[in-house]
Amino acid sequence: MTEHSTIHFDPNNRQLKCRGDLNLANLPSLQTMLAKISWPGSGEITIDGEAVTKMDSAGAWLILELQNSLEKTGLTIHLQHFSAESASLLDIVKKKLGEKTSLPAMTKPNFLATVGINTIAQLREFQTYLAFIGKLTFEALRIALKPAHWRWKSLAGALYSTGYQGLPIIALLSFLIGVVLTYQMGLQLRNYGANIYIVDLLGLSVLREFAPLITAIMVSGRTGSAFTASIGMMKLNQEIDALDTLGVTPAELLLLPRIIGLFIALPLLTMWSDIFGIVGGMVMSNNMLGITWYDFINRFPHVIPLRSFIIGIGKAPVFALIIATIGCFEGIQVKNSADSVGQNTTRSVVLAIFFIIVADAVFSVIFSKMKL
Amino acid sequence: MTDNDVIIEIKNLKTRLGGTWVHKDINLSVRRGEVLGIVGGSGTGKTTLLREMLCLTRPTAGSIKVFGQEVTTASPQTLLAIQRRWGVLFQSNALFSSLTVLENVMFPLREHTSLDLASIQELAILKIQMAGLPVDSALKYPAELSGGMQKRAGLARAIVLDPELIFLDEPTAGLDPNTAAGLDELILNLQSTMGLTIVMVTHDIDSLWTVTNRVAFLGQGVVLCADKMNVLVNNPNPIIHEFFSGPRGRAAEGSHQHGTS
Repeated sequence: MTEHSTIHFDPNNRQLKCRGDLNLANLPSLQTMLAKISWPGSGEITIDGEAVTKMDSAGAWLILELQNSLEKTGLTIHLQHFSAESASLLDIVKKKLGEKTSLPAMTKPNFLATVGINTIAQLREFQTYLAFIGKLTFEALRIALKPAHWRWKSLAGALYSTGYQGLPIIALLSFLIGVVLTYQMGLQLRNYGANIYIVDLLGLSVLREFAPLITAIMVSGRTGSAFTASIGMMKLNQEIDALDTLGVTPAELLLLPRIIGLFIALPLLTMWSDIFGIVGGMVMSNNMLGITWYDFINRFPHVIPLRSFIIGIGKAPVFALIIATIGCFEGIQVKNSADSVGQNTTRSVVLAIFFIIVADAVFSVIFSKMKL
Repeated sequence: MTDNDVIIEIKNLKTRLGGTWVHKDINLSVRRGEVLGIVGGSGTGKTTLLREMLCLTRPTAGSIKVFGQEVTTASPQTLLAIQRRWGVLFQSNALFSSLTVLENVMFPLREHTSLDLASIQELAILKIQMAGLPVDSALKYPAELSGGMQKRAGLARAIVLDPELIFLDEPTAGLDPNTAAGLDELILNLQSTMGLTIVMVTHDIDSLWTVTNRVAFLGQGVVLCADKMNVLVNNPNPIIHEFFSGPRGRAAEGSHQHGTS
């Protein structure tokens, strides 16, 4: 088709002849043809449309743009021999182009302004987060007094999906962490012939730090993101609004069961992770350091105080609250578009992991001050 | 009527969805330059039929020819050539929520033409104006627009490639009567200036009266009748009769006859 559609300028007659289909498909080649034409400086030019077989609005736009730009250089342009259909299309496009106002300019804030805007946005978000927590607490207190409003089924569902379904992956990861830790520490201990101290090192590090942290990070990736995405989709689907109008607060049905469910499930998962972390370490000690199962289990209760276990488990509910409230909060904050579900899910995981590590650091400082 | 005048031809189409026959034997043709309405009660497979014409759902049996090409078995290349010649306005607009209206309308041009960015933007703004949107809404995101404006933005995207054929799925659903009438007018306007062929699925009896040249009534898995609106309303088939004889159908018919006489 392209061969047949041409625009040819005849300088003698001062005539621009259009031939063939003036349509969107041929627009790029027509534009290059026009660019090559050298226009006279002044006088009259006629644009002839006699040989035009088909014209669409893109073709009409091309002709009119040409007319406008040539008229600006001081030429007078006449259109002739366009078919009735083309002429009416030209009229309509011309009218629309005449109405055209330029796009409002987009101003881009400079670096300093961007920093300021972001800071204020973060502070605002923190404020809304606090308001969200306040509202949730209030709701929880209200519901606590009315056992009829306790959502056992939702709670069980949350426990199942956040706790039970997470068991295999957490077991596997904790086992591997135990293996890796023992390998690295074992290499050092072996140099001093202090193989048996692996029990002390592994027990303390897994029970106090690794199990709670690894579990919390896994769960924030697995569950926190799921909270945000599912609540965010419900928000977009107006399900949250529907609940509100039906006199059931979303907090009661959707948020609190999830938060309480994770509050119960995460300590249990941490305990599960403790077991597999230690088992992984035991397997590696047995193979690499020659510490028998019996020796390991015999030494364990003597060197590892119950306190370590309790401290590890004690962090889990705090981590659970961080993950669940951030997950739910980001879900509720979803607005307008599918894109914002994605952004908020990312934010939910990043923020949850960030605050888990901050909280862990705070715990370390507190425990060392308390000499625990 | 020569072959060239038939833009879509559906023959012996059968569709089985979820254990029931949605279409038992659909035969329908769409002629160049006409506005064909597709109506029918809920669950009669109007949207399914539209999706099958768009190659989004595969029919169980039968043939659908669009621009003379069989689309049910078309290779991706042929399909691409056909897709470039049609535009679609989905029921929920299907505007890309992460792009502004202007970017939404520019999107097909960027994908399918080798034009420079400035021309693409100019053409997109032209189409946005032809769809009756103010230019300053071009930089807004779809979620910031009202329902009627979203429809217009969707329509701008549907016509941006200067298609020969456009499909409209419930274009006036969920709009207030004034906006719906404005949209009807816009569709007619575009149809006459751009020489479009339009296939529209709709429940809106007012727009059936004002916009369409011919209406196909789906029911019991077949096309019960495909004719002009004033012929269709007098069809003796009980299903059709019931559809148009409700209070709203009567009111629409009355106002239309009053308006034209």
